[in-house]
This record gives sequence, C-alpha cells and structure tokens, in this order.
Amino acid sequence: MSILIDKSTRVICQGITGKAGAFHTAQCLEYGTKIVGGCTPGKGGTKSEHGLPVFDTCHEAVAATGANATMIFVPAGGAAEAAMEAADAGIRLVVLITEGIPTLDMVRARKYLDDTGVRLIGPNCPGIITPGQCKIGIMPGYIHKPPTRGSKNVGIISRSGTLTYEAVWQCSERGLAQTTCVGIGGDPVKGLNFIELLDLFQADAETHAIVMIGEIGGSDEEQAAAHIKQHVTKPVIAFIAGQTAPPGKRMGHAGAIISGGEGTAQSKIAALRAAGITVSDSPATLGEAVAGVLR
Amino acid sequence: MKVHEYQARELLRSAGIPVPPSEVIDNPNQAPQAYLRLGSETVVVKAQVHAGGRGKAGYVQLVTSADEAKSHAARMFASPMVSKQTGPQGVQVHKILMAPAVDIAREFYVSVVVDRARRVPVLMASSEGGVEIEEVAARNPDAIKKAWFHPHLGLSTFQARALAAAIGLSRAKAKAAADIMYKLARLFQEKDCSLAEINPLVETAAGEILAIDAKFNFDDNALCRHPDIAALFDPSEENPAELQAKEHNLSYIALDGNIGCLVNGAGLAMSTMDIIKLHGGSPANFLDVGGSVTPEGAVEAFRIILADPKVKAVLVNIFGGIAKCDVIADALIKAAKEVGFNVPVVVRLEGTNVDVARKMLAEAKVPQLRSATDLTDAAKKVVAAL
Repeated sequence: MSILIDKSTRVICQGITGKAGAFHTAQCLEYGTKIVGGCTPGKGGTKSEHGLPVFDTCHEAVAATGANATMIFVPAGGAAEAAMEAADAGIRLVVLITEGIPTLDMVRARKYLDDTGVRLIGPNCPGIITPGQCKIGIMPGYIHKPPTRGSKNVGIISRSGTLTYEAVWQCSERGLAQTTCVGIGGDPVKGLNFIELLDLFQADAETHAIVMIGEIGGSDEEQAAAHIKQHVTKPVIAFIAGQTAPPGKRMGHAGAIISGGEGTAQSKIAALRAAGITVSDSPATLGEAVAGVLR
Repeated sequence: MKVHEYQARELLRSAGIPVPPSEVIDNPNQAPQAYLRLGSETVVVKAQVHAGGRGKAGYVQLVTSADEAKSHAARMFASPMVSKQTGPQGVQVHKILMAPAVDIAREFYVSVVVDRARRVPVLMASSEGGVEIEEVAARNPDAIKKAWFHPHLGLSTFQARALAAAIGLSRAKAKAAADIMYKLARLFQEKDCSLAEINPLVETAAGEILAIDAKFNFDDNALCRHPDIAALFDPSEENPAELQAKEHNLSYIALDGNIGCLVNGAGLAMSTMDIIKLHGGSPANFLDVGGSVTPEGAVEAFRIILADPKVKAVLVNIFGGIAKCDVIADALIKAAKEVGFNVPVVVRLEGTNVDVARKMLAEAKVPQLRSATDLTDAAKKVVAAL
C-alpha cells in the first residue's frame, strides 16, 4: 500500500511547456507516472514535447483527461493562483514544486484549498513518490526501493529535498523499502504537514516505521511530537537539521529561521525525545537508526 | 529584507499613521539645522543601522542644544557601532534620525506577523510597550493580546477595536489606537511584510496616540511586485560575500568557523554544518548551490568560500538529484585551475552521474582533493585536514 498516490493516479503538469516542467514531466513519465496532459495558458490544443495534450485551463484538462492530481512548475508569481485553479477544476491533490512564492499568496491559496477539501503538498518541495508506482516531483527515482513481499518498509516525511534523498538512499542501501516519501517543503506556510501525514502512515498497513526530517523554524516538529505521543504507535525516527544555524538568519529555506528564540533545533529535538521518538544526532546515521528500530 | 527606522516612519506616514516629525541627516554638519527645524528643546539622535542594541552602545542619545546634536552626530558617524548583534567589527553609520523627545504617559506594543501554526497573519498588541516582545512573551504571555486575520478578508475593524480595548486604552484613546492597528494590518498585507511592528506606540502626556519607533521586514519573495519597497534596500548593511552569492543564485551565509562548505540543498547544507560540528570542527559558512547549478555558478561558489581568510579546509557534499555530480566535478576541476586551491578540499559525491564524476576527478589529479566515501567519513576527513 501507499499514501496519497499510487499507480492509478492520473497527473497533469501545470507549466508543462516550461523548461523545468518539460524536463520533469519526461522524468516522471520514464519512472512510470501516468501523466495524462498539461496546462499552459495560450498553448491549448497543441502537444507537449512528450506528445501529451496541452490545455489552456485546468478545467479543460480535467474534463478531457480525468486527471486527479497536478504537479505545478508555474513561476512563483502565478503559482498560488495555479494551485487554486487546479482545486477549482476538481483536482484532489496539488503538488506545488515552485520555490519563492510570496507567503501571503500561500495564506490565501491554502485557505481556498482547505475550503474545497483539496490536499496540497509544498510549495518549495521535491514532491511525492510512491516507489515503483508513481512519482510526482523532482526527486531522483532510482534511489528509491519499492516494497516487496516481506520487506521492511518506511514512510518518509521531510521539510528538505536533498536531505530526504540522503535518508532514502541510506534506507535503500540497507534493504529498507519505502511506501511513500513526501517532501512537505521549506516554506513557512504550506500544505500537508507532519501531523496529517503521520496519521496517514499510521493507518497504512504496509508502513512499518516513519522517518520525519525537520529543520529549524516554526514549531511544526514540537506539535508533531505531541501528536505522536497521543496517536502514533509505529516507531518514528527523526532528524532535525540546523543545530549549528545562527539565530535570525534564513538558512536557504524561507521557513528555516530561528526568530525570537523560537524554532531552534534544540527545542525540537528535546520535544521529540520527550515524546519517546528516536532522534538521530547525525544525518549520516538515519538509515542505521531505522534499521536498528526495525530489526 | 529589513529597512531602517527612518524608512519605516515614512511607511507609517504614508499609511496615515501619526508619527512625530523627524529629520534625517547624513553628515554631522546638518545636525544643528535639523535640531532647529524640529523646534523642540529635547531631541533624540538615533543612528540608523539595522542591528539592535543601539541604546546600550550609546548610539541613541538625547540632546538639548544644536551643538550637542552636532557633537553626538559626529561621534556616531566617526566610528562603527559595536553591539551584541554586530560582532566586534561593528557597523558603519551612514544616516542619523533626529526627532523631538515625546512626553510619554504610557507605552504600548503593536505588531503584525504571520502565525505559522495557524497559517494566517496575526495582529499582536500589549500594554507593555518599549521592551522586546520576546521578553514579554517569556515573562508575562497573558499581556500579549492577539487577533488573527481572515486569510481573504484581512483584519476587520471590529477586531482592531477589541484589541485596542483589551490592552487597557480608555474609550477615547482606543478609537485612535484601533485606527492605527487597522492601518498597520492593511500596510502589512499591501506591502507583503513579514514583520510590521510599532514599538512603542505611545499615549503622550497631552493625550495623543503616536507611533514612536517602528520596524519592518519584507518578504523577499514578494519584492518584485513592490519596486517602492525594493528601492529601500541598503546594501551597506549586508555582508558583501552574501550579496555576491545572491547575484549568482547561491544561498550563502557567513559563519565564524574555519571549514568552508559547498552543498546542494538547504537541509543538506544545514546538516553538513551540523555533522562538521559533531566531529569537532566548525563551519565557516552555509552554502546551498541549489538544484539547477551550472559549472559557472559552482566555480563562483568556490571563489566566495576561498576568499574567506578563515577557511582552512573545504567540504564539498553533493547528493546529486537534479543537480548532477558531473557538473560539480567539472566545476571542481575548473575551480582548481581558475581559483586555485590553497587548502585541502574533501569531496563527497553521491547520486546522479556519480560514477562519471568520480572518474573525472580521478583523471584530473588535483593534489588538494581528497575523496570521502560517505558523510561521516567526509566530516572526519575534513576535520583531520585542518
């Protein structure tokens, strides 16, 4: 099993004729994702370089293809709008890859999506992958290991892209498969967060353990820790990036900032440990920590 | 992006929020005239720098004559301000704000930020003005009253009125304060702020409600649609290496240690710093080259790292996903030729095109390069190389 996406998920790409959109559509198709079309306003009626139909609007794309998920590469200025358009067109899962979206745009978009019951992943994220079935995003597919009969499987939730690849790689190297890996993104205002995904992995029979990768900024990890204590019985292995980050500086991600003494790695690690969660001191020992818990 | 206090005052004025008159000078000779124009006996002279701790450093000064204004202005322009927030080198003062001292009866605090947990902006107000909000939050959290915005409608006037009453303003004064709060909330949304703060908002002895000091931060991602705000940027407040990096789409932050870091991805870059520390070293910088890095961008990254005289060794940590290992290997070889490595460089590559990259590096035979097999090995090797 998996969460949120599987081999039946039908995906469109908003921004399919752009450089990044075209490249990653090709990569996803190669991985086996059912990408059924794309949207670029003004280019409706044409074919993409992959031979997929291009539509002017999401409404047309959904009507013609029956898509239920979207992967958005629209530039930052119009990306929040694109997410709302997808929701209005009946898409149920919006994966927003774009980096650099103004925060107040996301405040508005998130409310709009919530009101329509649409799930959002991102923005500023690598996307989501159910290994062997469906990849919606920019992560390198080959590092992932699909579950097989009798395999030990983890679900991964992460605020960081490359750090997720690191965790996936370390797990795959040790023979640990992944049910689904979700990059929730590095922005302060985003879609699905640790708590919602922890619940989904808790309910997924095939997921044996959950890896959560957090970083400095905000209090999502502290809230997740409290939630795990109450509601999650599967083992959780965590890592928090930014133990050496100085306060008041934005560490690459818009959301990765310690402000007013809040959002430190130390506070997050303490909250997680207090909830009985295994926290890896080093990013290099995540895989080992997971293997240790599942042995 | 941060702006100076004098710029923040202008923003408040443009939004119709009452602010006392003020003068801005950029050399001490302008101080006496500015003092006279203000027409108040007691005037406050404030250095315009982004760093906090101005009062303690002696860069906020009350004066009572034109001569005194000039001598204090001269002193502030002459030597950099050193405070807890600036580091020992301090920051040079380029502008000074002068304003009449206000006879304050009560001080309040008002600000707007985005509440990340609720995913909406929040207006915060407190009867404890003039002190840092973090201090109030730690000592007396109940003193901070909050009103959350509707994501689409923004703050409503009734919310502002309720908040003004909640911080203990009399009916007559609450109306004026609520008007200021509402206007501040509008300004926050219209200009894509990440922080809009008035501290203190005062009730004067004469019964006026005035904004005395203000601080604004803006969402960097929204600056492109606010050219008026982007124009307020003061590059002299920024670290030159960080500015140079930004021009090349690199995310770089200078730190105090001696191990330079070149990494792809913000999370991996942060944890590379962490693992260096874990193995007894100290990172000289945060550097995320990003996913769409070009060989030119990566060479520039080496240039910036190696220009830091503190750097005694470099750790390159790449997990090739979208960024490809061979691009980084190519950049390493070019940087060795063009920039020259005067310190050991430990390289850990994994992911997309790693075999090609390893072969390229092996054939290039750059003497300072040392390869590492994994992240722990890399951290140990770079600390040992010091």
